[in-house]
Amino acid sequence: MAKILVLAEHSGESVKKVTLELLTLARRFGEPSVVWLGPGAEAGRERLAEYGAATVYAADGEGLADYVITPAVGVLADLVSEVSPGAVLLAATGDGKEIAGRLAVRTGSGVLTDVVGLTPGEDGSGPVAEQSIFGGAITVRSRVRTGTPIIAVRPNSTTPEPAPAAGELRQIAAQSPEQSLAARITDRVVQERGERPDLTEASIVVSGGRGVNGTENFTRYIEPLADALGAAVGASRAVTDAGWYPHQFQVGQTGKTVSPQLYVAVGISGAIQHRAGMQTSKTIMVINKDPEAPIFELADFGVVGDLFTVVPQLVEEIGRRKES
Amino acid sequence: MNIVVCVKQVPDTWAERTLRPADSCLDRASVDGVINELDEYAIEEGLLQAEAHDGEVTILSMGPQKAAESIRKALSMGADKAVHLVDDGLAGSDALGTSLALSTVLARIGFDLVILGAEATDARMGVLPAMLAERLRVPQLSLARKVEIDGNTVTVHRLTEYGYDQVVASLPAVVSVVEKINEPRYPSFKGIMAAKKKPVETLSLADAGIDPAQVGLGAAATEVLSFAKRPPRQAGTIVKDEGDGGSKAAEFLAAQKFI
Ligand SMILES: Cc1cc2nc3c(=O)[nH]c(=O)nc-3n(C[C@H](O)[C@H](O)[C@H](O)COP(=O)(O)OP(=O)(O)OC[C@H]3O[C@@H](n4cnc5c(N)ncnc54)[C@H](O)[C@@H]3O)c2cc1C
Ligand SMILES: Nc1ncnc2c1ncn2[C@@H]1O[C@H](COP(=O)(O)O)[C@@H](O)[C@H]1O
Repeated sequence: MAKILVLAEHSGESVKKVTLELLTLARRFGEPSVVWLGPGAEAGRERLAEYGAATVYAADGEGLADYVITPAVGVLADLVSEVSPGAVLLAATGDGKEIAGRLAVRTGSGVLTDVVGLTPGEDGSGPVAEQSIFGGAITVRSRVRTGTPIIAVRPNSTTPEPAPAAGELRQIAAQSPEQSLAARITDRVVQERGERPDLTEASIVVSGGRGVNGTENFTRYIEPLADALGAAVGASRAVTDAGWYPHQFQVGQTGKTVSPQLYVAVGISGAIQHRAGMQTSKTIMVINKDPEAPIFELADFGVVGDLFTVVPQLVEEIGRRKES
Repeated sequence: MNIVVCVKQVPDTWAERTLRPADSCLDRASVDGVINELDEYAIEEGLLQAEAHDGEVTILSMGPQKAAESIRKALSMGADKAVHLVDDGLAGSDALGTSLALSTVLARIGFDLVILGAEATDARMGVLPAMLAERLRVPQLSLARKVEIDGNTVTVHRLTEYGYDQVVASLPAVVSVVEKINEPRYPSFKGIMAAKKKPVETLSLADAGIDPAQVGLGAAATEVLSFAKRPPRQAGTIVKDEGDGGSKAAEFLAAQKFI
């Protein structure tokens, strides 16, 4: 059975949910092995094994974390030539997609991004990917026909299922990039992140738009609603541009693409660039005072009303229902 | 400083975009073409850097004849000249083929800095900047919301999951930009008139020295097996708040088992 390489997303020792999703998908057409960059592989190994990793390739080395994208590409390219995997799966995050692109060039392979479903090909011809394009208007089935399929999958594309495997840990080498090619990270600026779930991974997202009107109101209305639902907080570009909420919470064409079970849009008009980042959410709820706001076109449930009265009532009602 | 900005013409995002049944390629002919939104920010950044560092901005676009309109618009914003790679043999290229074609032309015309938008609104892959850096063997400074050039060193603030990284590399390099970086200018009347006289070099595959066997639909490393319109979303329930909007919303969430 062909090996399927899965690039782990992790923060320190803790494995991100998307990696377990990729392992679950990988099992459908091969034997999953995880590639882990940076420290923490020993601690992460157990969880990866629980979800089907036969091998965990761990690459850790001085300076590995100091360069953009290229160290991961080097490690994956070496493994591709060593084990000839049936596919390489990555998370369709900003970094994941760039690693995928470079790896495709280096290995002469086709690359598919923003995949939302993955099944084995009928004739053993490699995985068939499902992509949702043009803001979800069209669903495409596609495959890679040259080289090693390199596939970047969106978080929340499947439910992780355990399937215990050996999870044997193997240390591998990682090189620092050639200095002339290096883009070196000289400073990391971490903007507040809080205890809420990760925006791209969350199963519920509550997003606020210009209608929320100010940082304080985010704290007073949007965050409590998110916390009542155990949700991540998102924002429209109008909000991040105004500096009411940090940019990494922007949802849309140039922000994060989210695909949660439930997306709640509060005081957001639904510009095409915003829709591009949330249109594939399974259920969409809208709170907006303008009945003509285009976001209502996407709503499974919408309330035409003032968010400053609707949201507090909703938060209270959720609290009451939780108690009873 | 020799700055090249890669500009893609894409179908207007507001138009209804479809794939052609015959070859599953994007139907570019039936919709209005516009400059990919993020590429306008790339052009603006190119112009700003050229103004600051006594540089020259060349627009590079690969696309059908129609893309000439977008090239002209980029010139009217203030770019100095343009190269248009146009050949029927390029139709249907995937990311691998597109990156091969663009990198071949870039290597020919030479550059200190290549600037791109971080992603195009049509395919939304966001892989091309990384692929170009790989092919050209130069550093990649992607997802930049700030670019600073000092002598031979370029520093960017690169968006990350948690904030941003300061990333440093030496020129020549490839930079991709996000929309936080600047505010693209509108072409002035003077700019529009001046653009009519600016040089646009048109290259075919043969002119550019690109092997036709490595680009286009036939050479694509990926293929579309089938596609289908997603059934339209079922119209939802919309209620007007009459003092009970929050409770109604909670009822909906409970019925859907979210609470
Ligand atoms: C290159 C480019 C990239 C972009 N990328 C993104 C992106 O990634 N993400 C993104 O979101 N946008 C993006 N945009 C911007 C996008 O076009 C819109 O401008 C933006 O999404 C608008 O944000 P908004 O809906 O919060 O604000 P508005 O459009 O101003 O809407 C505010 C809404 O709040 C409602 N409202 C006001 N007060 C209340 C109240 N008291 N109660 C209830 N409702 C109220 C109003 O009725 C209105 O519908 C991009 C634009 C460009 C050009
Ligand atoms: N055909 C093309 N001609 C010129 N530039 C392109 C072309 N395709 C993509 N680009 C550039 O690459 C960026 C990212 O594109 P993509 O990877 O397709 O999302 C775009 O914003 C453009 O700057």
